[in-house]
Amino acid sequence: MKHIFALLIAALVATLAQAQTVKIGSTLALTGPLSATGMIHKVAGEIYVEELMLTVDKVDLLIGPYATANIVAAVGVAQRYNKIIWHHTAGVPSLLKYDMQFPTGGLPADPEVSLPELVFDAVAHAPKAPKTVAIVTSKFPSVHFISVGAREVAKKRGLQEVAWLEWEFGNRDFGAIAARVKEANPELLFIGAIGVEGLLLVDALRKIDYTPPLHFHMFPAPGPMAKSPAAQRALALTTFEQHPPFTNNPVAAAFVKTYNERAAKAGLPDNAVELQAAGSFATWQTLEAAVNGAKSIEDKALAAWLKKHPVDTIIGTLRWETPSNYMPGARLYKIKQLQDGKWLVVWPQEFTAPGAKLLAP
Amino acid sequence: MPSLALLAQSLASGIFIGALYGLLGLGLSLAWGLLGQINLAHFALALLGAYLTYQLGTAGLDPLATLAIVLPAFFVFGAALHWLFARFAVSAFNSLLVTFGLTVIIEAAIQWIWSADFRRLESHYADIRYRVGTLYIPLPELLTLALAVALSLALWAALRYTDFGKALRASAEDASMAQAFGVNAKALALLLSGISAALAGVAGLCIALSYTLAPSQIYAWVGVVFAVVMLGGLGSALGPLIAGIVIGVSEALTMAFTAPSWAPLVSFSLLIALLLLRPEKI
Repeated sequence: MKHIFALLIAALVATLAQAQTVKIGSTLALTGPLSATGMIHKVAGEIYVEELMLTVDKVDLLIGPYATANIVAAVGVAQRYNKIIWHHTAGVPSLLKYDMQFPTGGLPADPEVSLPELVFDAVAHAPKAPKTVAIVTSKFPSVHFISVGAREVAKKRGLQEVAWLEWEFGNRDFGAIAARVKEANPELLFIGAIGVEGLLLVDALRKIDYTPPLHFHMFPAPGPMAKSPAAQRALALTTFEQHPPFTNNPVAAAFVKTYNERAAKAGLPDNAVELQAAGSFATWQTLEAAVNGAKSIEDKALAAWLKKHPVDTIIGTLRWETPSNYMPGARLYKIKQLQDGKWLVVWPQEFTAPGAKLLAP
Repeated sequence: MPSLALLAQSLASGIFIGALYGLLGLGLSLAWGLLGQINLAHFALALLGAYLTYQLGTAGLDPLATLAIVLPAFFVFGAALHWLFARFAVSAFNSLLVTFGLTVIIEAAIQWIWSADFRRLESHYADIRYRVGTLYIPLPELLTLALAVALSLALWAALRYTDFGKALRASAEDASMAQAFGVNAKALALLLSGISAALAGVAGLCIALSYTLAPSQIYAWVGVVFAVVMLGGLGSALGPLIAGIVIGVSEALTMAFTAPSWAPLVSFSLLIALLLLRPEKI
């Protein structure tokens, strides 16, 4: 059962002259099907407010929850009260019309085009570029939206679509879907999945002795994937992995160290910083930069400052240049691959882990 | 045109998931039909059983051997739960509310102990599969089917042919008359409640062998298993297994030959059809 737990973080703030209190309200799903990722954002947020301290005065700011549907609802509330809101994981930009909402996870303004293009660019550099693709997807809003776009992108690139399948979010039985994928025998399996759905599908494929040469998982739960033999060589989207060149940034390196410790203490089975934790941290970095840059806590002043100023974060430089405030193009996104139990960036080349390359049969 | 291999593999997949539905529905059906308890916590117990299997399995115990610990513990829990229900004279409807609360408590406990993140039991059983022609049969799913069939048949035979079963059925039909004939209804109810909870533990083993675990998974099968229980007939031992396989196969064939997203409609369409056409069978 989904239960939205209100997380009110109160951070004691020290300026040079005096101590002041900052209150930032956020909501996170800490139970229900999105709770595993909610925990990651909770740990990352706690690290930020405890470790870095905000040096501002009397703040009353909002950070959105995890996942598109929840964020759309939260932005509606912010709009009603004319409050600025930051959020990291809303994958359908067209649903967000409010001018004081600021995405901070690096998602592009056109994820249904830019992200599939990034995936197809990456696999085009595999030892054997795929010519056929099966696009299978959960009906979870953002991943379904991007998967529908992937069909168009694949068509324009001349990739032959050999299967298109959709299932309801929360499906647990992938036996028959796996049999259909095996029957279609694609050179690339594009899985529009969130959480463990993709893992359940590749598990089901393994049970019938089939592994597609290339399989891409949109927003997977990284931990269980890393431990599963069926998921080896899986591809996925990311903005950050805890290896160079990302960890060359000292702020990122410090965050990785602290997150690894805190995630272990919180009992999370996977303690690595990746897309979700990094996006959460970037949100807090943006909030701090805006408040310090605008030298104000007024919502409109913060929004105006963000519209004019890019912010450097651990996932790269965030900009809010488009009408929807989203990034133009997928410039902060990368493709990672699971190799020997570790997620390594394999595309674009300038961000690949040392010595890593995209592996495929 | 889909191949025979796809048809056969989908059928097998439907039978396997149907067996899990049947196994989850078995304890629920017996408690509902014979004790008048609508035990929503049955699903939470099954997932708790899965987590315990995961924990013990990760510590090095063979997953099947974990039943030696889980089953007695769950039996005692189930019997104690019924004792409380009897002590406070909880009605059938109230049992639904109370066990819903218990479900939330168990979910919170699971999350507190194992966190909300996904957990996965890596066992050697997961790597074993048998090939029959073009058909692949994974061992964990085969174990689920074997356990579901064996337990359903055993309980069916016990209810039909033993004094224990006859006494239980008599108590369910007319408790005071059964007591007049010397049936110790209270002790039988404790025993059956314990057995139902132990069955949830067996289902938990099967879930741990085949699925990635998350606390919210408690609710993944509630709807379909309730449909299975009602289609199979309350208090029936074989009914849930048969209804589970009918629904599982129907869902799998829907996934194989139409849009997979239509599959959830199958179980409830079958239930509505039965309610309209054969309401006396519920």
